[in-house]
Amino acid sequence: MADETQAIDDRDSLTARGPSIDPEDVARFSRIAAEWWDPRGKFAPLHRFNPVRLAFIRDQALVRFGRDGDAPRPFEGLRLLDIGCGGGLLSEPMTRLGFAVTGVDASARNIGTARAHAEEMGLAIDYRCATAEALLAAGEAPFDVILNMEVIEHVADPATFLRDTAALLAPGGVMIVATLNRTLKALVTAKLGAEYVLRWLPAGTHDWSKFLKPEEIRGFLSGVDVAVQGPFGVVYNPLGDSWRLGPDVDVNYMMTVTRAFAPPQG
Amino acid sequence: MHIETDYDVAIAGGGLTGATLALALDQAGFSVALVDANRPEAMESEAFDGRASAIAFTALRQWRNLGLDDRLQAAAQPMDRIVVTDGRAPGAGAGPALPVRLSISSTDLGEAEAGEPLGWIIENTRVLAALLAALDRSGVTVVRPAQVTGAEMAGNGGRLHLDNGRTLSARLLVSSEGRRSVLRQAAGILAETAGYGQTGVVATVALARPHEGTAWQHFMPAGPLAILPLTGDRASLVWTERDDRARALQTLPEAAFTALLARRFGDDLGRPTLIGPRFAYPLSLQRVSAVTAPRLALVGDAAHGLHPISGQGLNLGLEDVAALTEVLSDARDLGEDIGSSLVLDRYARWRRLDVTGTVTAADLIARAFSSDHDSLRWLRGLALGVADRTPAIRQVLAREAGAAAGDLPRSLALG
Repeated sequence: MADETQAIDDRDSLTARGPSIDPEDVARFSRIAAEWWDPRGKFAPLHRFNPVRLAFIRDQALVRFGRDGDAPRPFEGLRLLDIGCGGGLLSEPMTRLGFAVTGVDASARNIGTARAHAEEMGLAIDYRCATAEALLAAGEAPFDVILNMEVIEHVADPATFLRDTAALLAPGGVMIVATLNRTLKALVTAKLGAEYVLRWLPAGTHDWSKFLKPEEIRGFLSGVDVAVQGPFGVVYNPLGDSWRLGPDVDVNYMMTVTRAFAPPQG
Repeated sequence: MHIETDYDVAIAGGGLTGATLALALDQAGFSVALVDANRPEAMESEAFDGRASAIAFTALRQWRNLGLDDRLQAAAQPMDRIVVTDGRAPGAGAGPALPVRLSISSTDLGEAEAGEPLGWIIENTRVLAALLAALDRSGVTVVRPAQVTGAEMAGNGGRLHLDNGRTLSARLLVSSEGRRSVLRQAAGILAETAGYGQTGVVATVALARPHEGTAWQHFMPAGPLAILPLTGDRASLVWTERDDRARALQTLPEAAFTALLARRFGDDLGRPTLIGPRFAYPLSLQRVSAVTAPRLALVGDAAHGLHPISGQGLNLGLEDVAALTEVLSDARDLGEDIGSSLVLDRYARWRRLDVTGTVTAADLIARAFSSDHDSLRWLRGLALGVADRTPAIRQVLAREAGAAAGDLPRSLALG
């Protein structure tokens, strides 16, 4: 199961443009946003997958930053970066939980869609048509939380990508990486099952050979000043048509990458 | 026009279900507005609602946790035994000789609920009074008296238009307006109503003998007669008759009415004395095409009107409340949009099985037990006889009466 962001990119001829977009685009983006957010529409599998991710991010961040889960906006004052934000399925909930959210996506169409929906919801989110590497090159201030969810298996050079995104992590910060394992089981279920049998995802969404093993994630970050925890398995329960955390990391899994808190000054 | 914005949830209908939902959502930390057409004085008067409700032990705890005071518990009569009889055609002779076919008592419950009664019987006006008092102490914005004249649902929220010129907007609208829901209609949800040709005549009586916590259900050819125990050795009657006969029962001189009742009560309860007015409630089954629409959720009778034969109507409504509160709280904790179809779909999926099962079962029971056809009488006699002799079936029936079975919301779960 993965974010369709990149699959849409492949079919999308739009390229990154400035913030000014014409009214026709706005109308089109609103229509696409309605599709993104329709729980019974073509993104239905992603909506079923979303709660387990949201809960994991919330729980990790509550512990990491010692926040009170009963507070209405527990993450007030923290900066979050959502890489490959798509229509904003993670960015919007994170904004409601109090984070100051920056969402980046390489697709102008996705960014237009995400902006249209956030505006309708009355949420202030800093969406940018950009890549994480571009943010780093431009000297962007570091983030307390970075969401690197179902993106790495789509990029050309995962090692460089992962190190660049980790470089955006503030002292004390945590990056959550979610991806698919390169196992036979993942080939059968996540690639063949999801794309060709269940038709959850468009055929060609995933290239199994680009799936990553947890130890490869660790390897990419060796020598970088971060600690890596996990993997944490995410498993599908066909009876409830829902996802939950579990010990099985053969298909979908998540890892956390943490940077040590800065030593006290002076 | 005066527009107020920014409620998380705006509820139309402040009856038992709507008021309970308002309190539950307020306690869960949501900002809540509650709109109702009635003045509080009217709601507490004897003439407002003559009915008593059979409620599960989970409901009393739910209300206690929402801050309803101890007077509610004091007004609730524990029901320790349910006796079901299969009555005969009227005029088949006086006397109490109704064969007892099924008797369920609290000792039939499993170990988990040992020591608990099968349920409680409580007068609706007593619950309403406690709910109104709790609402006064809560953070809920109560708007009454006001009629909902219309509603709009948009992509990011809904608006309620009121007859006093006010407009309330919220991320989610909830209808607990009962069977004739304005919001349901505004959302284009279809409702199909089937009459039974029966009316329930409801009255409260003082008994000549102690009821000892027993509820009686006499299945008569025209429909069931339920005698529900109330505190102070009173009872609430629900006498189901064909529509024309029910009208006659309602207007019959008091002495004649109690004489008819005494014949059905038999020696167990003696001759009753009528307290207060007699009410008539036409019975019908209502099914709706959906329990949610964009920015709208239905709860209680707006979502499912069922034949009162099984006493599950209010319990279903309270389960709706608990399920919706849990779904919305969980969604809020994850930062999700509480009024989105994504979140409302979870409520709809959770309630679908429970509600469909209960509504269908109540309808089947009502039809089977209201018929005087010989084969049906024989079948229901057989069914009751088998159930009475089979501990496992009795235990299931006892648990269902107390609503401890199924996939319960956390606030209703045991322990």
